[in-house]
Amino acid sequence: MENVLLQAFNGLINGAFYALLSLGLAVIFGMLRVLNFMHGALYMLGAFGAYLLTAELGLSFWWALVVSPLAVAAVGFLLERVFLRWLYDLDPLYNLLLTFGLALAIQDGMRLRFGMQGVPYSAPPQLQGALQIGVMFFPTYRLFVLAFSVLVCLGTWWVIERTRVGMVIRAATEKPMLTRALGIDVDRWIPPVFAFGVALAGLAGVLAAPMRNVSPLMGADLIITTFAIVVIGGMGSILGSVVTGFIVGVAAALGAVYYPPIANTLVFILMALVLLLRPQGLFGSAEAG
Amino acid sequence: MARGTTAESRTGITRRRFLTAAGAGVAGAALAPLASPWPRVSRAQGAVRLTHGKLVIGIINDQSGVYADLAGLKAVEAVKMAVEDFQKKYGQNAVGGPIEVISADHQNKPDLGSAKAQEFYDRDGASMIVGVDTSSVGLAVANVAAQKRKIHINVGAATSALTNDNCNKYTFHYAYDTVMLANGTATEVTRKIGKNWYIVYPNYAFGQDMNRSFTRAIQKAGGKVLLADATPFPNDDFSTYLIKARGMRPLLNIVGTMHAGQDLVNFVKQYNEFGLRKQGLNLAIGLLFLSDIHSLGVQAYQGTLYTTAWEWSMDRQAREWADRFLARTKVRPTFVMAGDYSATWQYLEAVRRAGTDDSEKVVAALEGYRFSDFFIRNGGIRKQDHLVVHDAYLARVKAPNEVKEPWDYVEIVSKIPAREAFLPLSQSTCKMGA
Repeated sequence: MENVLLQAFNGLINGAFYALLSLGLAVIFGMLRVLNFMHGALYMLGAFGAYLLTAELGLSFWWALVVSPLAVAAVGFLLERVFLRWLYDLDPLYNLLLTFGLALAIQDGMRLRFGMQGVPYSAPPQLQGALQIGVMFFPTYRLFVLAFSVLVCLGTWWVIERTRVGMVIRAATEKPMLTRALGIDVDRWIPPVFAFGVALAGLAGVLAAPMRNVSPLMGADLIITTFAIVVIGGMGSILGSVVTGFIVGVAAALGAVYYPPIANTLVFILMALVLLLRPQGLFGSAEAG
Repeated sequence: MARGTTAESRTGITRRRFLTAAGAGVAGAALAPLASPWPRVSRAQGAVRLTHGKLVIGIINDQSGVYADLAGLKAVEAVKMAVEDFQKKYGQNAVGGPIEVISADHQNKPDLGSAKAQEFYDRDGASMIVGVDTSSVGLAVANVAAQKRKIHINVGAATSALTNDNCNKYTFHYAYDTVMLANGTATEVTRKIGKNWYIVYPNYAFGQDMNRSFTRAIQKAGGKVLLADATPFPNDDFSTYLIKARGMRPLLNIVGTMHAGQDLVNFVKQYNEFGLRKQGLNLAIGLLFLSDIHSLGVQAYQGTLYTTAWEWSMDRQAREWADRFLARTKVRPTFVMAGDYSATWQYLEAVRRAGTDDSEKVVAALEGYRFSDFFIRNGGIRKQDHLVVHDAYLARVKAPNEVKEPWDYVEIVSKIPAREAFLPLSQSTCKMGA
């Protein structure tokens, strides 16, 4: 029993990564109607950003946590202005293909520069080691990741639900035409929202760097799972993406305890079920889906 | 990439091809009456008759995926280096014609590897394909070799099936296999460090084969496998299995990972994160390459015992070659890169002994051949299953304060003699049809 609790808790940490990534995807999809396939590649850039800041400039993890997501946001902003914006009026498929192509280009570019094997990156000295909490014994860094990402998710939720900016985003997500008709310049908000969404991916990348291999393909497989989560949660649903992220994290961890081969498949089984029984997703309204 | 190499070398060949073919023809005609009574003498003089006037060697491996750093383009360089060195030693006419090296990326896809192999053998006239990491692709290329009756010397793949159930007359397995890895690591770790194992392996051909080989060797050494878990492949988070391992204390003392490439790096990173070594759970790694240690740093792996076919710093002969390789490629070689060089060299030697590149005769020249070089020590090519047996080594990853120069990560603990390192012939399931 103790082990099951521990495993479920550990699942929350993987869930935190899924939540951060799918939150970014959901925000972008809601506002731009773009399925951002380069999200995984930008997550990888976030991790490499942390590595470069430490290896080249000697900055600590804490600086990386701030600077790297901002740098990824800048890259995202640029890509949106140069490439994505020309395709908004066309079928969403075009932007999906475009972002998929950009993802391949980014990954291969990094591969040429850094090779496949990956680069070393370790947790900040303050967070190394493990903590004993009750009966549980857990790496300190993982606890930090969980707490930090819950805060970021709550912060994002607060901005979207409680501020004026959030109101515009929500309005533009649900009824873009009507919002425009009310005299709100929706287009003005597109670049910053996109930059924010990819900054979340970059942030997830920095958080992943001390736990996972920092390599050009680290985001390539993650993106598929993340998309499945967004579909389960309901396309464009902020709450749905976060909650589903955590659910899938825990489910995968428990799956691995009882029957390991199913661990990575579970999310897709869940997706198939949701699509059959509730196509708009767990938290999506029929309209937004 | 492959196309570039081929086209480039081809332009130079048409002219030379005529001359060498003519030269070989004259030499062959002159030696023909002498050839039958004194075959050895005439062959030693290098009168090799090539079927197509030139010798083409293909190398196929992962050049862009998870295994690109353990062989990849650096291994292609190793093969080219072998050809150049061979021609330096025996002259430009070492095998009676020009030698061309072509290469391709199989991206870890068996169908792609098999298509490339067919292309190399049929269209480009390759008489031998070397390299081919990733077990599933290695098996696919071996099948093509059998169909086309052309030689394949596998260096990079681990699966022992290449010389057992899937063996064939034209395929040789050169550097290592899962049985060798298990014989070394599983046996030594069980005897010296701990008897109760938890094996975690990736769920595909290589991982399953490793799990079987390790379980067998652990039991033989008096140990026990408490649990074996198959993980999805690829996988970036192993925390579940590490927590499971913690729950199995105090009975458990060894966590054995059979992962390779990126998955291995993730596993080791997280093993350290969870601080399992401090809690009495030692790490055993099924397959470890120099490139893996290089990417994560010695600290992450320090103290780990594993089995290797070769290590660049193990003696003067190995180091001399590694120095030349470093000068050429800017990296120290993994044992796969060194193995690709050595396999290419031994193939060329066999062509000289056979006096032709005809597969049947070269196979005959390779079978039963005993040799040593900078890579293979006390080597022998078994006729019955085409396994190249040789000394293997139990190695230990150094602690950071023991590292004396760049890439100096590994210390050889002991030698596993050739006859103990590999599967005994009596247990081989290879049935080689003619």
